[in-house]
Amino acid sequence: MPRLVSHPHEVKIVSRRFGKGAANIDRYLELGGYESAWKCLQQGPEWIISEMKASNLRGRGGAGFPTGLKWSFVPKQSAKPKYVLVNGDESEPGTCKDHLIFQHDPHAVIEGTIIAGLAIGAKLGFIYLRGEYRGLLEIMEKAVAEAYARGFLGKNIFKSNTEFQIITHTGAGAYEVGEESALMESLEGKRGIPRIKPPFPAVVGLYGGPTVINNAETIATVPHIIAMGGAAFAAAGSPGNGGTRLFSISGHVERPGVYELPMGYNLKKMIYEVAGGVRGGRSLKAVVPGGSSTPVLLPEEIDIGMDFDQVGKAGSMLGSAGVIVIDDRTCMVEFALRTISFYQHESCGWCIPCREGTDWLKKTLTRFHAGFGEARDIDNILYLAENMMGRTFCPLGDAAAMPMVAFVKKFRWEFEEHLGGRTCPFARHAELAAV
Amino acid sequence: MEWSAGVDAMSDETMTIFSPHLAARLDALAARYPVRRSALVPMLLYAQDEIGYVSQAVIAEVAERIGITELEVRNVASYYSMLHFKPVGRYKVQVCTSISCALRGADELYERFQKELGIGAEDVTTDGIFSLEKVECIGECAWAPAIQVNYDFHEELSPAHVPGILASYRGKSGVGEKTPHA
Repeated sequence: MPRLVSHPHEVKIVSRRFGKGAANIDRYLELGGYESAWKCLQQGPEWIISEMKASNLRGRGGAGFPTGLKWSFVPKQSAKPKYVLVNGDESEPGTCKDHLIFQHDPHAVIEGTIIAGLAIGAKLGFIYLRGEYRGLLEIMEKAVAEAYARGFLGKNIFKSNTEFQIITHTGAGAYEVGEESALMESLEGKRGIPRIKPPFPAVVGLYGGPTVINNAETIATVPHIIAMGGAAFAAAGSPGNGGTRLFSISGHVERPGVYELPMGYNLKKMIYEVAGGVRGGRSLKAVVPGGSSTPVLLPEEIDIGMDFDQVGKAGSMLGSAGVIVIDDRTCMVEFALRTISFYQHESCGWCIPCREGTDWLKKTLTRFHAGFGEARDIDNILYLAENMMGRTFCPLGDAAAMPMVAFVKKFRWEFEEHLGGRTCPFARHAELAAV
Repeated sequence: MEWSAGVDAMSDETMTIFSPHLAARLDALAARYPVRRSALVPMLLYAQDEIGYVSQAVIAEVAERIGITELEVRNVASYYSMLHFKPVGRYKVQVCTSISCALRGADELYERFQKELGIGAEDVTTDGIFSLEKVECIGECAWAPAIQVNYDFHEELSPAHVPGILASYRGKSGVGEKTPHA
């Protein structure tokens, strides 16, 4: 079972029940569970949405769209049923926070789903977990069964004459399905390829009905916002970036783990204090701040607050808050190759710039890293990546291309070191070997 | 005609290739969604868990249960990387080689599995107990390097852990390390 970590700088809101047996409904109730859903039933949808707007909660999947605003887009009247869809297809390399939520606090996901349903007037919610999370799906399924047995789910929840049901669902291996329209396609029993937008899911979503789609962490945060109040949650974060976030810190640090820190927490402190610094006292070469699709930062660029706006200003993205720390022995050409290999594998093939772009980038980087690169390849990598951006239906094309541009621009000298038939200068020490 | 007899037989509930437990589970799955077809991907995965892979017979029965053509089932199934169309080992060793695991020694781990099992990528051991593959990110980045054996996660590994992990699954399979038939 994944090890839980702790640090005094943490502000535990979403993770406050981790390690406390809250997967069991009695324990969850002892820890204040389902009180937020009950409060929402009494207060009604307008109040829920105003609290959510006041919280400044922004989507934890990576895009950072304000959750309250997203919920407010769903039309009040709809001929077709409305749905809530929880995105638990956590797959962005460097990201493993939802894993812990499902494991330690499944009822928070259920309760957040109920509240989202009450806010938009849906009677049915889906919780979609990636196929690899079978053990976690079983934990979720047990929790859903308990919630039904206690009357928190069903035709008459909390004896309030309100219906809300939840269906849990397993994927079967596909990163692309984490994109919201592809997620709906997958849940409808199809290949997970994205839909053309507009219409947006809030208007025409799952089975053609208005649908709110939120990341699992976003949904698990909702009951806490209701409990503490939107304004108090907002105050825990930085301007325009409410609350805390689960940061997955991986790579070359002394104490990797998932830490809950306030939005806006300094990245340098996160690495050197919270995660204990670079492993083995080595020096820092680079940091990928928000999952593998976010542009890499140099050591001199990490004295920044970790929220959507500040990381954006530094030329990268907060994304899924997967902080990947890279030490000085790592070959960045190979790191780029590893990164593009993931996106090449996961491209759904629907849009040509993504399908061909990821494939040619992988081929070029494979050859380049093996010592058969030519000087013009370096600019060609840039050319390929820059021409993928903004030319695909879904963000996967950008997700693959953006980091490539940053690797070349910030580590051009390392690419050049691989030229002229020389072997990789890091090969002897690298923990990254050939793909 | 023979093919229509086959179709009739399949629609008879007693004629299923699955265990009674799985058949009941698939019946419930087909009924739970607003649209029956939503059960397609879970059905294929649960069927694979029991049969070992998505065989022609699995495709035929799932198509029948959902009420779509076999071609449509194949079209969807081929998209999902966890579904496979040929038999694999009873225990699928999946070594994550995405970036966070790679930074902490996933390749050395993979090489040790290769050495201990004597097989390469996508191969199956001759006794059919293990298969080995490299996989993309499994959501264990902060506990790297990690692997998944079927659905079990194993975290914070080093190559030295490999023999013990393999022995524990070999023990579960009820087959000794040196069976005369291996």
